[in-house]
Amino acid sequence: MNYFVNEKGYYGDFGGAYIPEMLYPNVEELRQNYLNIINDADFQKEFRALLKDYVGRPSPLYLAKRLSKKYNANIFLKREDLNHTGAHKINNTIGQILLAEKLGKKRIIAETGAGQHGVATATVCALRGLECVIYMGEVDIKRQAPNVARMKMLGATVISAVSGSKTLKDATNEAMRDWINNPVDTHYIIGSVVGPHPYPDMVAIFQSVISEETKKQLLEQTGSDQPDYVLACVGGGSNAMGMFYHFIEDEKVKLIAIEAAGKGVSSGFSAATTYLGKEGVLHGSRSILMQTADGQVVEPHSVSAGLDYPGIGPQHAHLFKTTRAEYVSITDEESLDAGLLLTKLEGIIPAIESAHALAHLEKMKFTGNENVVVCLSGRGDKDMETYMNHFGL
Amino acid sequence: MNRINQLFKEKKNNILSIYYTAGYPGLGDTIAIAEALQEAGADMLEIGFPYSDPVADGPVIQASSKQSLDSGMDLNLLFEQLKDLRKKVSIPVLLMGYVNPVLQYGVENFCKACVEVGVDGCIVPDLPMYEYEELYKDVFLDNDLCNIFLVTPQTSEERIRKIDALSNGFIYLLSSSATTGKNLDVSDATTTYFSRIAAMELSNPTMIGFGISSKETFDKACKYANGGIIGTAFVKAIAEGNLKESIDGFMKNFR
Repeated sequence: MNYFVNEKGYYGDFGGAYIPEMLYPNVEELRQNYLNIINDADFQKEFRALLKDYVGRPSPLYLAKRLSKKYNANIFLKREDLNHTGAHKINNTIGQILLAEKLGKKRIIAETGAGQHGVATATVCALRGLECVIYMGEVDIKRQAPNVARMKMLGATVISAVSGSKTLKDATNEAMRDWINNPVDTHYIIGSVVGPHPYPDMVAIFQSVISEETKKQLLEQTGSDQPDYVLACVGGGSNAMGMFYHFIEDEKVKLIAIEAAGKGVSSGFSAATTYLGKEGVLHGSRSILMQTADGQVVEPHSVSAGLDYPGIGPQHAHLFKTTRAEYVSITDEESLDAGLLLTKLEGIIPAIESAHALAHLEKMKFTGNENVVVCLSGRGDKDMETYMNHFGL
Repeated sequence: MNRINQLFKEKKNNILSIYYTAGYPGLGDTIAIAEALQEAGADMLEIGFPYSDPVADGPVIQASSKQSLDSGMDLNLLFEQLKDLRKKVSIPVLLMGYVNPVLQYGVENFCKACVEVGVDGCIVPDLPMYEYEELYKDVFLDNDLCNIFLVTPQTSEERIRKIDALSNGFIYLLSSSATTGKNLDVSDATTTYFSRIAAMELSNPTMIGFGISSKETFDKACKYANGGIIGTAFVKAIAEGNLKESIDGFMKNFR
């Protein structure tokens, strides 16, 4: 079974590039060049150097002893929360900004939901001196004020997306419209493993450093680079794809992707895409998405803005359909509890996105010997208000 | 013969095609608008079926799509409304919209429903050429439906040739790489692009769209192609007031 992209841009039944002709030249330019650029030795040298000295990689693989004791397994946390800007998102934006430079682009656009990808994009634009425009839903701008301020201080122009539901999916639409209207000098840094081919593959490659490091660190710490389980949360799915990447072809490693159930998968306020969705096309690729019988995209809900997306990347849809990875979901409530638990046991306040992955440990049964890696994709600073309100702290 | 091919056989220039969103401004206006447009001199109609995430469209068509969806429009209702289309309208009619609603309806069912109500062709901007060729072409051809492809100033000559070979009906030339509702670029670069396409002597007729809102811009389109397509300006014009009067008033600018 091939779990990676084929020469036509598909992962099994999913993927492709469902884009209007106006976007074809941009996407085609990227498709023809991305692998050559990424595989170039000079590019790799620069990319690796920035990941090391600017982002702070490798991120630690931390054996969480008190959490391990509670769950009766060896729980390792891959500490993406310790990266510069506080999440895994920067791995991708560093890669894409270098690639944009090689393509001679002068202007960068991006979409953002909670603002983490927007901040990571604004950061690399400041670093390299490129113009930066971030699209963000009007609703998200209001509820993520600190990240909006960070983007502005970093020199980005933040444009409010006022169409549709005024959240992440609409910010993505607006960014695509910007790209249509600025086809020559602009590069669109998509923040997840979604969008038309080659984006899902390109973003997965940049994020694959997560599992590349994890294998080495596991070997050092346990004598084997093969864990029993790998867990990661999924919105669009970029931290999960980075966390799974180098384990995908080793079928002995069980992969578990955790979606946001919101207020419950049947509550009408959920983002559990594989449970509620059907096959279709969203944002340029064929995947699984939440939609009406008529094919209109349904607005999702999650307490975590980073998981509040009605689709998943096409590679995830393929891993789901082939059952290579298991897809489960965790409610708002369960994730917040797991966030508080990690804080109390290990002194780490996780992003609510990452807390969804942690919450699934509660539902697993261990015998004491299993090695389990959980991707701690981001830190919880941005979520303090939600935590405080929920727990009355 | 398909009505679209018939039209281009009989009329070589000054062809006026109008786009409007089904179920807008009123949910039940779809057929009334078609009738009024034919009466006022439109040569061809493009009826948009609305989608929640129309990335190729500007604010005006987005808003009309949202209003239509909010009123309850979907493909089942649209085909129901179009049942009497051919009792009232004889000019060619295309459906225009995004690929996901078509996928959910089922491509084959969609094509059959089009034929049953007398629709002659489709414009699905986010259905790529490769997927069309591999998966949909036979269904479209079996049902004698035209599939219309878009060409932009950035489309390479090689790709235009491929599009021409795969097209049936006409080729939709975008005046610029833009979302709908921008003004027609009247610069030399645009003229050069239009002339370049004209010089290619494509086997299909061409229609210029995106940014045509006045007699002047329509005439310019007709200079370089078989005609022009108006969308946003028309949708804007019928937003308020008496529908028939708005349509007649708008069409007087062109006919």
